[in-house]
Amino acid sequence: MSENRVNVAIIGPGNIGTDLMYKILKYSKFMNLKIIVGIYSTSEGLKRARDLGIEASSEGIDALLRDKSIKIAFEATMASAHLKNAPLLERAGIRAIDLTPAAVGPYVCPVVNMDDNINHPNINLITCGAQATVPIVAAVSSVAKVKYAEIVATIASKSAGPGTRQNIDEFTQTTARGLEVVGKAEKGKAIIILNPAEPPIIMRNTIYTVVEEQNKDQIIAAIEKMVKKVKEYVPGYKLRVPPIFDEEKVTTMIEVEGEGAFLPKYAGNLDIETSVAVAIGDRIAEKLVREGV
Amino acid sequence: MSRFNEHIRIVDTTLRDGSHAVKHQFTPEDVKAIASALDEAGVYGIEISHGDGLAGSSIQYGWALYSDEERLSAAKEVVKKSKIAVLLLPGIGTRKDLQRSIERGAKIARIATHVTEADISEQHIKMSKDMGLEVMTFLMLSHMESPSKVLEQAKLMESYGADVVYVVDSAGAMLPDDVRARVSILKEHLTVEVGFHAHENLGLAIGNTLAAIKEGATVIDGTLCSLGAGAGNAATEVLVAVLEKLGYETGVDLYKIMSTAEDIMRPRMSRPQIIDRASLALGYAGVYSSFLLHTYKAAERFKVDPLDILMELGKRRVVGGQEDMIIDVAYELTHTRTETSTA
Repeated sequence: MSENRVNVAIIGPGNIGTDLMYKILKYSKFMNLKIIVGIYSTSEGLKRARDLGIEASSEGIDALLRDKSIKIAFEATMASAHLKNAPLLERAGIRAIDLTPAAVGPYVCPVVNMDDNINHPNINLITCGAQATVPIVAAVSSVAKVKYAEIVATIASKSAGPGTRQNIDEFTQTTARGLEVVGKAEKGKAIIILNPAEPPIIMRNTIYTVVEEQNKDQIIAAIEKMVKKVKEYVPGYKLRVPPIFDEEKVTTMIEVEGEGAFLPKYAGNLDIETSVAVAIGDRIAEKLVREGV
Repeated sequence: MSRFNEHIRIVDTTLRDGSHAVKHQFTPEDVKAIASALDEAGVYGIEISHGDGLAGSSIQYGWALYSDEERLSAAKEVVKKSKIAVLLLPGIGTRKDLQRSIERGAKIARIATHVTEADISEQHIKMSKDMGLEVMTFLMLSHMESPSKVLEQAKLMESYGADVVYVVDSAGAMLPDDVRARVSILKEHLTVEVGFHAHENLGLAIGNTLAAIKEGATVIDGTLCSLGAGAGNAATEVLVAVLEKLGYETGVDLYKIMSTAEDIMRPRMSRPQIIDRASLALGYAGVYSSFLLHTYKAAERFKVDPLDILMELGKRRVVGGQEDMIIDVAYELTHTRTETSTA
């Protein structure tokens, strides 16, 4: 297609992969979605791709590897699958953007540490809970020393798929590590809650940070600036309760509303993952285009 | 069917659910005194964890004075016959917490989820079984769903390997008929034992427990002097007395458990365990009992009426663990009030 775009692929035509497909088509400035691969010929996601004129294959990663024009692949399957696919992609010189908890590559939150990892062959998106909360912890860390960060991510039951449910232990631990590694909290803790209320609730996150020698104005300004930055790629990201100060504790509440296109609006937890994936993909693609790869 | 000599296993959760009432400030000395007396009295299980389960010590749920490990180690030194139990809520506690508990003598894992979310317990039920633990599972806030929904979720827990599935009245909101309907359908369709965990918010903890036992529940939770979240739990000493009068076998010595409550527990209580207005509101509105003390705190911080907070939480159908919603509601109440007053 256009010489200002690089060819990319999606592995996994499930809910996440399909939403990602629509977002790439709609928002990406530097990516051309060339192929989407799955393993079931009856896949609804593959059918949707074909209807849009995008190549779709049920031959799995082999179909993708045959296409030598692919520069970036999004892994939207499961951790176990990505552990197998990661070395194949790297050998083929394809950059991997991993939406599973496999964590083969470094944790990346685009508004915090994209530049440090832009050349890495494999980038991991941590968890949706981390993508929603790490920016706030990082914002506070940028102006104060965060001794401890604790987040509570509450998501609508309907938006939590079997992957999250069967691996909730890893989800809890990985999100906590994301607060430490990317958010720069000395210690992180994550609490995940599923709420079955009808109509489904919009994803909400409470972020507690314990900071030394806080400057309230600086913290408020850093958080507000960060929310604006995240909003650029996740329009439904908003401050629900501005920072509340109690001695050393700062409490911030964030709501993440989904775009409401392919996935429902309440599924902000899924929306933030695919939005982040597109943002990361575009940054890498832009660099590849500029380098003339 | 004769109910005489039917065996009921009692799990005392003073050192877990009861810790809500003392804001998680139990010391290793408290644990030793209470656990050794419970062991001596002959309860089946002694649950020891933060009120919100392993790793519950947090800003969200309140800091514990001592870690789960320190309190479990203290119990391990004194408990001889009873089994030490720990509570784990998937999404809060993790595999590491379970492993650390086993090293400190835990023999029973109690895995708890909201009544509609049983499938997030699969991973922890299976790992607990693999670690050789007896597994009891909790369907929290069981009053919020129909008996058939409770059964559907209980069957999932049974399929993952639970040894006992509990109907848990976390909000103390059930009436005896609600308990009967849920326990009886489980008893009819499950092959594993059925348990019941009561709260006293509507004054029905003992009555509801009896209703559960009559429908076939054989594992029952209680706390000494009712110590617990909200208006507290079914008093272990009262349960033992009542069950003995009815001819059930609990294995617990009545005189010893009465003395444990009166001489060991009561002097350590920091506030009277009563059905005050806010606890009653929890039961009436169907709100998670652990929210009580957090609600008082937020009401003071934001200068709003605790009853308004609780009623709004009930309306929003908030589930267990969502203590941050108390701040959200309190903040919103102040906000609305300011807007109205300036309008």
